[in-house]
Amino acid sequence: MNPSGLPPLASLPGPQIRAVHDELHGDLLELSMGPHHPSTHGVFRMVVTLDGETVVKLKPVFGYLHRNHEKIAEGASYLGSMPYTDRLDYLCSMTNNWSYALAVERLAGQAVSERAEYVRVILAELTRLLNHTCLAGFLLQDGGASGTPLMYAFREREKILDLFESLSGSRMMCNYQRFGGCRADPSPAWLDSARALVDGYGRFLDEYEALLTGNEILMARTQGIGRLSPQLAVSAGVTGPMLRAAGVGYDIRKVDGYGFYPRFTFRVPIGADGDTYDRYMVRILEMRESIGILRQALRDIPAGPILDPKAKQRGLRPKAGEVYSRIEGPKGEIGFFLISDGGPNPYRYRVRPPSLINLTILEDMCLGQSIADSVVILGSVDIVLGEVDR
Amino acid sequence: MLGTGLLQGLAVTARNFLGSFYDRRRFVTTQYPEQRTALPEAYRNFPFLVCESADDPMGTLRCVACQICEKECPPQCIYIEKSKDKKPDANGKPQIYPAVFDIDTAVCMSCQICVEVCPFDAIKMDQVFELAATDRFGALLMDRHALAKPNSYFQSIHPTEAGEVDSRLLAARLAAEEKARTAAAAKAAPKPAAPKPPAAPSAEAPKPSPPLA
Amino acid sequence: METTEQIRERILASLPGAQVSLVTNPGLAAQHSLLLGAAHALQAALLLRDDAALRLDFCSNVTGVDWPEREVSEADPTAPGGKVKRVVPGFLEVVYHLYSVALGHGPLVVRMRTANRSDQVTLPSLTPVWRSCEFQEREVFDLFGVVFAGHPDLRRILMWDEFKDHPMRKDYVEPDDFEWEPTPHGDVLERARRHYPAPARPAKEPAP
Ligand code: SF4
Ligand code: SF4
Repeated sequence: MNPSGLPPLASLPGPQIRAVHDELHGDLLELSMGPHHPSTHGVFRMVVTLDGETVVKLKPVFGYLHRNHEKIAEGASYLGSMPYTDRLDYLCSMTNNWSYALAVERLAGQAVSERAEYVRVILAELTRLLNHTCLAGFLLQDGGASGTPLMYAFREREKILDLFESLSGSRMMCNYQRFGGCRADPSPAWLDSARALVDGYGRFLDEYEALLTGNEILMARTQGIGRLSPQLAVSAGVTGPMLRAAGVGYDIRKVDGYGFYPRFTFRVPIGADGDTYDRYMVRILEMRESIGILRQALRDIPAGPILDPKAKQRGLRPKAGEVYSRIEGPKGEIGFFLISDGGPNPYRYRVRPPSLINLTILEDMCLGQSIADSVVILGSVDIVLGEVDR
Repeated sequence: MLGTGLLQGLAVTARNFLGSFYDRRRFVTTQYPEQRTALPEAYRNFPFLVCESADDPMGTLRCVACQICEKECPPQCIYIEKSKDKKPDANGKPQIYPAVFDIDTAVCMSCQICVEVCPFDAIKMDQVFELAATDRFGALLMDRHALAKPNSYFQSIHPTEAGEVDSRLLAARLAAEEKARTAAAAKAAPKPAAPKPPAAPSAEAPKPSPPLA
Repeated sequence: METTEQIRERILASLPGAQVSLVTNPGLAAQHSLLLGAAHALQAALLLRDDAALRLDFCSNVTGVDWPEREVSEADPTAPGGKVKRVVPGFLEVVYHLYSVALGHGPLVVRMRTANRSDQVTLPSLTPVWRSCEFQEREVFDLFGVVFAGHPDLRRILMWDEFKDHPMRKDYVEPDDFEWEPTPHGDVLERARRHYPAPARPAKEPAP
C-alpha cells in the first residue's frame, strides 16, 4: 500500500525511523540519532527506542572514526606515536601528550626536569580550563541555548589556544611533550601572558555564571535529569568530573600525586545529586580550582633546562617490561598501557579512553527520560569521538 | 524569585552587545582575508628545505639525503632518493645530495618530527598555509624545487630559531676550518718533531698563567 | 596495598583449588600481575572486589594482548652447554587493571589467557563484577577475537558487524585497498595498482 511508489521508509539507507511492535508497550518507535546529528558531538549514533517521548532503550553505536590508533602506534617508534596522541581527544592534546610521555618515562626510567614538570602542570590546567569552558558551551547548546553561551566559551577558549600556538606552534595538535621534558621553553613573555589570562579568567567565569548558573531554564532542563548513583559510577569505571559529580571524591591528581601536583593546594569539588546540573557545576568549580593551581605554578616556576639533559627521544628502546600509567585528564582518567619487548616500537600500546568508558552508563542515565533530555545528558558526559573511536 | 536568573542573564548579554560598540577588546573577529592576524613565531605548517642561496637553490641545499627524516616521519610522507654523485656543501666538503625529495603535504600532519631529528638543520617548518589546490596529486605533492627556500626566508619567519641555527653552524664551520688548518700544519711539520697531539688548538691558546702565589 | 604475592595467598586461602600464579614484570615499573585460571576467575574477581582489605571496586582498564606462537632457544637440560629449540604455543591474553576508589590504592594487574589463538578462545566475562568491562571487553572481542562467556551484549564495537578478521592480532593482514591514495611511497602505489587494475586517475604516470 504505497501510492506514491516510493520505497518504504525503513528500507532507505541512513537515519531511520521505524515503528517496532512490542506486546507490552504497544507500538514503540525506534529512532536512529546520528551519526550526523548536531547534538552528538561528532559521528556518534544512538539507537533509541521510544515509548511516546520516553526513552525505553538506548544503544550507542560508534566506530565511525576508528583508525586503529593502537595498531598504528605498534608499528611506529615511541617518538612517532606522540603526534598521534594529539588526535585522540583533540581538545586536550596537552594532557594526552603528558599521559603518553609519563608512561614512556616510567617504562624507560627517564627523569623529568623540574621546570618541565611545572610547565606540564600549567599546560594541563590550561587544558582543563579550555575543555570545561567548551563543555559548558556545548552543554548549553544541547539544552537549546543556541549560540550565546557557546560563543562566549569559544571566545575564551581562543585565548588559551593562542597561548598554545605561540608555545608549541599549533593550536590543537600541540605535539609538545617529550620524554624527559617539553619541546620548547616558554619565554618570560609567554609566562606573563599566561598570568594575564589566568588573572582575567575568574572575571570571565563570574560573567558566565551570571549568565547561566542561576538561570531557571537551565535548572529546569538539568536538575534531576540523568541521575547517576555513586555505586554505579564507580562500578562502571566512570572517571573525571562525571564521577565527582556523582559524589565520589576521586581525583587522580590527589590519589596518585603524579607530576608536581602534591606541591599545590587545591580542593576537589564533588556533587550531591549526580544529575546533569551537578556535572555542569562541578566543572565550573573545577575551573576555579584550576585557576588557583595555575596561580601557584606560574608564581613558583623555576629556571632551568626544559628537557632533561640525558633524555633520549629518537631510537628509544626501553627495557622489556610493561607499564600502566594514568593521569587525570579533563574528561577523566586517560591512561596508557605499554608493553616493551626491548625493540624500537612498543609490542603493545593501549590507550584507556575516558570518553568511551564514561559512555558505558549512558543508557542507564537516559532510561525513563525524554528524548530531548537524553541529548542534554549526552552533552554532560563530555565525549570527543576522536578518543571514543580511536 | 522566579525569573531573576533570566533577567540577570539578559543583562550579561545586553552588556556584551552594547559593549561591542565601543570596547575594542570585544571585537574578536578578524576580517580575513582583508585583515590578517600576525602569526606567532612558533607557528608551523609544512616543512621546507633550507638552501643557502636563493639564486642556486638546488646547488646549495643543506640536506645531505641521510634519510633520517624519511625513516622517522610518522605518516611516512617523505620520499628521498640519494644522488649518485657528490656536490660540495657550504664548507666545501663533497656531500651526497637528494636527487628526489618529495613531501606529500596532503599526508603530512605538521608534527615537526622531521625538523627535530634532522642533524643538519636542513629541514624546517614553513608558515605558508594558503595551499589550496584543485589537484590532489599536483601542487600538494611537493618536490624539492617547491620545497627549497633560502636561509634568509627562514630568518624572516623564525628569527629566534634561525639565529641559533646560524650561530651554531658558524661555530661548526670555524671549528672545521681550524681543524683543517692544524691538520695541514701537522702535515707540513718536519718528521722528527714529536707527533702533535690531536688537541692541537690548545697549543696555540695562550698558556694559563700560573696561579698567584 | 598488599603485595601481589600476598593477594595471591589471600585468593588461594578463600578459593582452594583456584589456579592463580604470579607473573613478574621485568621492567622498571615492576607492576607484577596475577594470572587467573579461567575456571575460578569470576569468583576470584568477586573476591578481589568485595574483600574488606582489598576492595578493588574500580576496574580501570581492560585490554587484550596477542602472543603468537614463537620459538625460543634455551639451555638443554640433558646436555649441558647445549641449546634446544622449543615452540611456545601462542595464546591471547586479557589484562585488567584494578584500583580501589574506596581505599585509594592500586593498581593490581590481573590477566587471563586463552588456550590457543584459534578455537579455544573463550574466557569468562568479568562484566558482572565490574560494569566498566562492558565496552572494553567488547573491544577486546572485536579487535582480538577473545570470546567472553557471560557478557550481556557481545557484539563488535568499533569495526562494523560484517567485518571478518581481528585487526589487533599480530598476524592480521590488512586488505590491499587499505590505503589506495598514492603517496610518495612506491610500495603503497604498487599495492593499490594490484587492487585497482585500472585506477580512475593514474598518479603521476602516463596512461597505458
Ligand atoms: S612534519 Fe611530521 S608528518 Fe610532516 S613531513 Fe615532517 S615528520 Fe612527516
Ligand atoms: S632533511 Fe635532514 S634528516 Fe632529512 S635527509 Fe636531509 S639531512 Fe637527512
